[in-house]
Amino acid sequence: MLDVLTGFVGELRAAGLPVSLTESLDAAEAVHHVPLEDREALKYALAATLVKSSTHWKAFETAFEVYFAMRGPQFDIDADEGGTVDRPDDDADLPQGEGQRGRQGGGGGEGLTPEELAEMLFRALMNANEAQMAALARQAVGRFAGMEPGRPVGGTYYLYRTLRNLDLDGVLERLMESARQEAPDGTLTPLEERLARDEFQSRLDALRKEIEDEIRRRLVADRGTEALARSLRKPLPEDIDFMHATREELASLRRAITPLTRKLAVRLARKRRHGRKGPLDFRSTMRHSLSTGGVPVDPKFRYPRPAKPEIMVIADISGSVAAFARFTLHLVHAISSQFSKVRSFVFIDGIDEITRFFETADDVADAVHRINTEADVVWVDGHSDYGHALSVFWERWGEEITPRTSVLLLGDARNNYHATQSWVVQEIRHRARHVYWLNPEPRAYWDTGDSVVGEYATYCDEVFECRNLRQLERFVSELA
Amino acid sequence: MSGTDETPSAGGARTPAPLGFPEPGPPRFDSVGDVRSRLAEGGYLADDGIAGVVYLADRLAKPVLVEGPAGTGKTELAKSVARVTDSRLIRLQCYEGLDESKALYEWNYKKQLLRIQAQRVVADGDGEPGASGSDLPGAEAGHGETRSGVAWRDLEEDIFSEEFLLARPLLEAIRSQESVVLLVDEVDRVELETEALLLEVLSEYQVSIPELGTVRAERIPLVFLTSNNTRELSEALKRRCLYLHLDYPSLERERDIVLTRVPGIGAELADQVARIVRSLRTLDLKKYPSVSETLDWARTLVVLGVESIDAEQAKATLHVLLKYRSDLERASKELTVADAQG
Repeated sequence: MLDVLTGFVGELRAAGLPVSLTESLDAAEAVHHVPLEDREALKYALAATLVKSSTHWKAFETAFEVYFAMRGPQFDIDADEGGTVDRPDDDADLPQGEGQRGRQGGGGGEGLTPEELAEMLFRALMNANEAQMAALARQAVGRFAGMEPGRPVGGTYYLYRTLRNLDLDGVLERLMESARQEAPDGTLTPLEERLARDEFQSRLDALRKEIEDEIRRRLVADRGTEALARSLRKPLPEDIDFMHATREELASLRRAITPLTRKLAVRLARKRRHGRKGPLDFRSTMRHSLSTGGVPVDPKFRYPRPAKPEIMVIADISGSVAAFARFTLHLVHAISSQFSKVRSFVFIDGIDEITRFFETADDVADAVHRINTEADVVWVDGHSDYGHALSVFWERWGEEITPRTSVLLLGDARNNYHATQSWVVQEIRHRARHVYWLNPEPRAYWDTGDSVVGEYATYCDEVFECRNLRQLERFVSELA
Repeated sequence: MSGTDETPSAGGARTPAPLGFPEPGPPRFDSVGDVRSRLAEGGYLADDGIAGVVYLADRLAKPVLVEGPAGTGKTELAKSVARVTDSRLIRLQCYEGLDESKALYEWNYKKQLLRIQAQRVVADGDGEPGASGSDLPGAEAGHGETRSGVAWRDLEEDIFSEEFLLARPLLEAIRSQESVVLLVDEVDRVELETEALLLEVLSEYQVSIPELGTVRAERIPLVFLTSNNTRELSEALKRRCLYLHLDYPSLERERDIVLTRVPGIGAELADQVARIVRSLRTLDLKKYPSVSETLDWARTLVVLGVESIDAEQAKATLHVLLKYRSDLERASKELTVADAQG
């Protein structure tokens, strides 16, 4: 057990979780107090001692599933296959490496067609029969995933193959259809419709998770714990690279950004309040002097009026950098109370001011959606043209830059070999307090190909590499 | 009294406190299942994770750091644990600017002053009526070196004794003879530096008072810290705690919570309430409805005499659940218009 635990802690550390020595000792002690055969209890005991942040939960769960997969009751694939009722066993499709399980295939109806499988799955989902869903998930993986031992592909590939064959969207529609038929008058009110859909959706999610677990279990058996853990390792939300984030990762980034903005706002507000002292507050000093008989022992000071910077954000929202721009806009506007004024501009090859979207919309997500649909950012062909966008900016809004303004330029400065018009940045620099450039590309790629960030950089106060939330957060907190 | 080292504050002459951990006392729970069933009797429905962490906290004598969105029952958990274990609940509400004198202990300086005054009155009565003009006790030293020196030492020992100590929540929890649940509420509100105050209490279960010595726990209290996650807590604090993330409950658990907490609600209505709330939480809202708001909503519906919700009633009472206008609009739109794919 200790070996497994050490390996597990090592894996967590490799995944980026800060696990200290005392914490791993705690974990070892905690394990004594829970029944080892209870996998859930073990999981919570380890989580409580090793994981100290909710954003790290996902990474923990993945590692846990891998390291303790073999030891759970679910792993007894052979054992409970006979136990599940009214489900003919069919493991004949299993690859050769898993042959010892293949022999089970003789037990039940040999030729379970995909249609029958789908039918049974449908029924299990309809009745929310969890045991059967789990069994069918196992079945589906065996049949559709086509897993080959030793083949160096990730689990997502098998997941995709399995899900494609199951056509869960179609199943959802069928479920909805039959729910409608079961209703007394043959139709559902919109509210019922919505609730039924959510219910089925959550059952489908459970099924999908079952399937993922099953694939992982088989991969563990095939490749061994450590190798698999390494291949499943994913960056923590704050370390995800904006430029290469998958759709799921973007979703997790979006979830992470709201608490982040709140934290940032609280921190900045506090910093302001506890900053250096302001001028003497005479009234307050006199009031407090009464307790010392009118002698002003304890002078009171006014809180300083903080100098809040004005911000102008100019963001490239073309293709690959769009995600980055969105997060930055999100962050800046969420803490806009920390600035005296925030104005935002977006461009591809044309440029448009988007401050109005943030002012009218109640929440930032809404505003971002409207920006994507309504802002007028295409001038000729919809390929980034920094030069044109900047010169139009200068023409239309350049006058409004004041010595209190900080200008943020966001983008990878990949200019498609257009003219750079870097004199604009120079002019901006003359008028503004600061000019910063945030580049979501790794530093090593700067000034390669059509990237001209170096040319703009000469006129900026500083150029920052800003590839993930951690870097972005650090920059914004220094800015305010 | 009994919780302190016997030696008074005679400088370095104090014997060092024996190393080792205070006695944890008899365990409060027998097993994870026991935690669960007893909490359920007390009206708090714990899932496996919650019960497991509470059980471990008791066995390992470690504090629990409970984090999660507002209104998911973080404070309630501590209260319920106190209730079912017949413990006294001592609560320390954290706020910005909380300091030692509010969290740990404070010398009752008014009483100390009185004591000094009283001493002087007695001394004056002894035969030196003229001395009453001086403000500081030390000024007496001018009169008779030996006599007032002794008197001063006596006085010092006297005024820095337990009698003049005001115990604040943390010290009180440590000194208590009975079983105690200590709740440090919203620990993320104090400044990072203030967190350090908690560390000694949380890891050693002791409080060091320079004038008195170290006060060690008679019986280790069960400590809960709650945090709304408005800032990252320090590593040092996290390391000393077990971590529990309380999220919105699953559908089944929320339904059960509604059933136990709302008197007079039917099973069907509770089920509908839980389902609608789950649907709302899948939407992209500014603030998701919390468990306490779910309960408020369920109570509202019961008071209105609703037995089964339809869309109109839901719309009319949604403001109990959602507190932002944009959220309300979005929710009522989503709930009444069937999904476009449907």
